[in-house]
Amino acid sequence: MSILLDARDIGKRFGGVEALSAISLTIEHGEIYGLIGPNGAGKTTFFNVLTGVYRADSGGFSFDGAPLNVSAPHQVAVAGIARTFQNIRLFANMSALENVMVGRHVRTHAGIFGAILRGAGTRAEERAIHERARALLDYVGLAARGNEIAHSLPYGDQRRLEIARALATDPKLLALDEPAAGMNATETATLRQLLERIRTDGTTLLLIEHDMKLVMGLCDRIAVLDYGRKIAEGAPAAVRKDAAVIEAYLGGELA
Amino acid sequence: MTFTDKLKTNPAALWSGVVLIACALIALPFALAMAGTTWVRVTNLAILFTLLALGLNIVVGFAGLLDLGYIAFYGVGAYVYALLASPQFNLHLPFWVILPIGALAACVFGVLLGAPTLKLRGDYLAIVTLGFGEIVRIFFNNLSQPVNITNGPQGISRIDPFTIGSFSFSQNEVLLGLNFSGPIKYYYLLLLVLIAVIVINLRLEDSRIGRAWQAIREDEVAAQAMGINTTRIKLLAFAMGASFGGVAGGMFAAMQGFISPESFVLVESVMVLSMVVLGGMGNIWGVIVGALLLSFVPELLRHTVDPLQRSLFGRLIVEPEVVRMLLFGLALMLMMLFRPAGLWPSKVRQRELADE
Repeated sequence: MSILLDARDIGKRFGGVEALSAISLTIEHGEIYGLIGPNGAGKTTFFNVLTGVYRADSGGFSFDGAPLNVSAPHQVAVAGIARTFQNIRLFANMSALENVMVGRHVRTHAGIFGAILRGAGTRAEERAIHERARALLDYVGLAARGNEIAHSLPYGDQRRLEIARALATDPKLLALDEPAAGMNATETATLRQLLERIRTDGTTLLLIEHDMKLVMGLCDRIAVLDYGRKIAEGAPAAVRKDAAVIEAYLGGELA
Repeated sequence: MTFTDKLKTNPAALWSGVVLIACALIALPFALAMAGTTWVRVTNLAILFTLLALGLNIVVGFAGLLDLGYIAFYGVGAYVYALLASPQFNLHLPFWVILPIGALAACVFGVLLGAPTLKLRGDYLAIVTLGFGEIVRIFFNNLSQPVNITNGPQGISRIDPFTIGSFSFSQNEVLLGLNFSGPIKYYYLLLLVLIAVIVINLRLEDSRIGRAWQAIREDEVAAQAMGINTTRIKLLAFAMGASFGGVAGGMFAAMQGFISPESFVLVESVMVLSMVVLGGMGNIWGVIVGALLLSFVPELLRHTVDPLQRSLFGRLIVEPEVVRMLLFGLALMLMMLFRPAGLWPSKVRQRELADE
């Protein structure tokens, strides 16, 4: 397998706090890569640096064989990285379908004049956006809810809608920030099936998650962060037995 | 089933409605002319302000950017027309050349204002745009020295009316026994422009760009994560809105034949914004209702308050202007209490306001 994302020595400081220190990791094409660690370990910071919300103080990413040079967050999506948010950030007052249609923005082209003149090209593109958005809603199991307003959907559906919206950008890497947070067991099981299917269909996944059962069962490889450092990396079975990981989660004295 | 749904399922009713409205709009200026040509002029100004409100609606209603200096773009369009079609520089270009130039100039000013400021949000953006509006007006006021460009506070007069060959929009003409006065001709022209602007607005709203505007309004961080270049898309809204203002300004200059910086004061920006807010941000039909109401009601008051008081009390007790401001304040309060999203809000905007 070839490398999709290569992070080298990523460092990020907030004042005196070293949120990330020299994090290096590689994600391969087609795998599900988990990022875990206790609260405040730097998982979300890493996520935000990767997706251009923060700028790294040191180090850099290369993505799909080319350096990832980001000066604005939207370029990350252009490059092929889509994300979801820890605290759901849908376009709350738009319909589910419209949310997914917005996701197609980055792969479509109609501009002001296209919108005003509405020529054959623009109309064909609009139809394609519509069809693709409907197909994606169906893919995540929300086919019947396209016309509902996003914020009126049940919690689990909102999470899945966020995934559909992210998939609409045709990502090579889908980065999910705690997708199972707040879900009950049934919802988590459905989510797991969905994520496995996304991987089977060719999208690489990066997953931050606290639900250990989900992470251990789903991920091919896992990196563990603690106080901004990577303390372990490897297959779930190996990471689970790692002394440093046990210490980070349970505390040194107890272990 | 809502009214619009009923219309959709009954195309015959829809089309007969459209034909009726079209006939009414065509006959309107002659009916108004019977009450006095003033009323045709008032209607023309109302349509002009509707154009402005629809332009501002792109910025405020669609993209959610509060712009308190919108009248500056109107001013730019008006001055471009006045300078290129008046004795000021002895230039007399035809209007179909100048209007696009005016729209382009206003668009450039829109980008000039937007590029450095669109990182600001909410109140901060509003303050910067307010400052911009005032700066532009002060330039109009002072650009009479050292080289006289704008003629300062005296303004520019004897501006050319629209002409096509020997056909002038300012002259009376009798056709089929009907008297087509200048204002009536402008009325039809304005109506055509208004229809075009409405179509443009409707199409923009329901497009890739329109969805991007809405997404930015809802959640800018999420919009960026979806690959929307928010700076560029916001700039597009500014540029589009400004261009509409520029076109309206050019038509204003030609219709009035005279402009001065006084037409482009802050109160005018507030007025146009009030039209958008009163009617219902983001809903084109609401904005039109708001613009027409705020244009006509003061004129009606002007013509009724004075005679009414004289006939009741024998003398004038309250000036019409005072009554206007009183009613304006009252209307604002009632709106905030009972219809905070406007008289005829867009459904999405209504939900947004209910959440906040």
